[in-house]
Amino acid sequence: MNFEPTQEQLSVREMVATFARNEIDPHAAQWDREHTFPEPLFHKLGELGIMGMFASEAFGGAALDTVSTVLAIEELSRADAGVGVTVSVQGLAERIIEAFASDELKRRYLPDMCAGRWLGAFALTEAESGSDASSLRVSAQRHGDEYVLNGAKQWVTNGGYAKVFIVFARTGSDGPKGISAFLIDRDTAGLSIGRVTRKLGIHSSNTVDLILQDARVPASALLAAEGAGYRIALANLGSGRLGIAAQAVGILAACLETSRRYAQDRHQFGRPIGAFQAVSFKIADMAVDLDAARLLLYHAAWMRDRGMPVVDASSKAKLFASTAARKHAAECVQILGGYGYTDEFPAERYYRDAKITEIYEGTSEVQRIVIARELLGRLDERTAGDRPARRPGPSTVQRDGEGRERRPAARRDK
Amino acid sequence: MKIVVAVKQVPDTNAEKTFDPQTKRLNRSAIENVLNPFDEYAIEEALRCKETLGGDTTVTILTMAPQRGVDVVRKALGMGADNAAMISDDAIGGSDTMATAYLLALALKHIGFDLVLCGTQSTDATNGIVPAAIAEHLRVPALTYAKKLEIKASAVEIQREVETGYARVGSQLPAVVSVTKGINEPRYPTLKGIMGAKKKEITMLTLADIGADLARIGEAGAKTQVESFTPVGARARGEVFVASDPKEGARKILDFLIAKKAI
Repeated sequence: MNFEPTQEQLSVREMVATFARNEIDPHAAQWDREHTFPEPLFHKLGELGIMGMFASEAFGGAALDTVSTVLAIEELSRADAGVGVTVSVQGLAERIIEAFASDELKRRYLPDMCAGRWLGAFALTEAESGSDASSLRVSAQRHGDEYVLNGAKQWVTNGGYAKVFIVFARTGSDGPKGISAFLIDRDTAGLSIGRVTRKLGIHSSNTVDLILQDARVPASALLAAEGAGYRIALANLGSGRLGIAAQAVGILAACLETSRRYAQDRHQFGRPIGAFQAVSFKIADMAVDLDAARLLLYHAAWMRDRGMPVVDASSKAKLFASTAARKHAAECVQILGGYGYTDEFPAERYYRDAKITEIYEGTSEVQRIVIARELLGRLDERTAGDRPARRPGPSTVQRDGEGRERRPAARRDK
Repeated sequence: MKIVVAVKQVPDTNAEKTFDPQTKRLNRSAIENVLNPFDEYAIEEALRCKETLGGDTTVTILTMAPQRGVDVVRKALGMGADNAAMISDDAIGGSDTMATAYLLALALKHIGFDLVLCGTQSTDATNGIVPAAIAEHLRVPALTYAKKLEIKASAVEIQREVETGYARVGSQLPAVVSVTKGINEPRYPTLKGIMGAKKKEITMLTLADIGADLARIGEAGAKTQVESFTPVGARARGEVFVASDPKEGARKILDFLIAKKAI
């Protein structure tokens, strides 16, 4: 077993941490307050290679190992979680383009994305289709050499500034097999950006509705093949979840640092408040959870770098890190007391930002479904006919009054 | 043109520092070491010279450090320097400023140079002597406190920062130049630079390689000696004036400032 990061991983972390301290920290509070999407920042991150850290060198990327990418997203998120998710989604788009797009499309989009000149977005969610992603309804109909897309996507991160969208649409029957993925340029006629989503936190990230009204794209915009969309979405869930786990770890690290400093400096009853166990124990618990979250995250990233399956490991990392971030962000506010509730300190921002990590890239409930399925199998999809002879012990399948299996509302991965 | 940047690893400026009471030396192993912040300006300036001059101009990083000092060398390589040389030997421990300059000068003679760039000082010792001392050993001009630097053919011209403004100073190359904080904005290492750094050559130099006289280095060769050290006292608590009205408060503050001869 080896817990030692490589020289390159340390250098990446140090570089991003220094950049974040100088270029993000001083502005994060203002971006949050004014809902500013710091577009020029991503050009700078592009110059350093951060926006292309997920793509291969052939297309202008830096081809970092997964461990380095999560270290980078963690350090960015520690300064500003909105910046962290923007970069994480850029990575998701790059990885899908590189894995599934034609060479021509890769050459057209990836170099400028790696340089931070163009942003990418991922459009899966719809008003009626969240955790149950395979029920999506945006349609793509083939007409000759083109597909015509109709419908609306929502909560598209980076959407307002993106040059390229990965759009999931229905080309066939109901269910996951009828879904296809398309690479769609911002300048496509019929594609427009709807309202900007007002959010509880991550105000420096951009989230919009995407409207497709007879948006015509060439057949070459189809990624892989018709019906491959759901597989494409699932194939990248692991890395997407690691990105959000890294974001949560970054927020948690920021909470610990803010709490620690405040507990040392703030005096009440004639001593630093850190001298009271009610405060110091909160900080100790925070440090334990931060280490545990990091170990789960770095281990899952390490597994991915070795080509091991990470669906289970990334769900565990994401579930634990996001729960811990939300919980300790609340404690960070509590430690800072009245000051923690004001925007003079970053604690309330961490608190608002942390919550989203329990929701997007699969809610905590969906992560538990994934983890449980690895342990128990797909019990919810078995029918009476193929069930083996009943074993003793309590049934894990819930049944309604008429003996039918009760399916969980959120049974598909997002 | 061959540009060599002399750099040092220093304890993180934010870290709490302790001294070993026996050796009277800083406990370096307990603290995280970083590239001396002043040296980043010298590296940046060297890289800018290289970009301006083009051709076969190279930037070499030179340092004298224990083995783990290689980290700061890697950072400099990540910023874009071409290669590095490192003097590392247990016998160097305890060397003072003069011995340091002596060894760096020997190494510079060994690897060759046209222009040597240094930060003005290190954040740990803050003597600011090494650049000029290196030049003295090498018998080349020293141009210090440069806030602007220009290379013209085989000569260098700088704006030397002085209290009232700047002085224009020039010399033929080879020369040693120390640069100030204001000269540029050091770049961040890029990911490509970081990934490429591991492929760049770091030449390890022994004392024998550079022909060092052991009597002139280490504790034995030190011309200065630390007699004792005293921790800086904690800043005393400020005085709080309690006043019933603003006028009285102002009076108290005024009296205080007058008593301190502040006004």
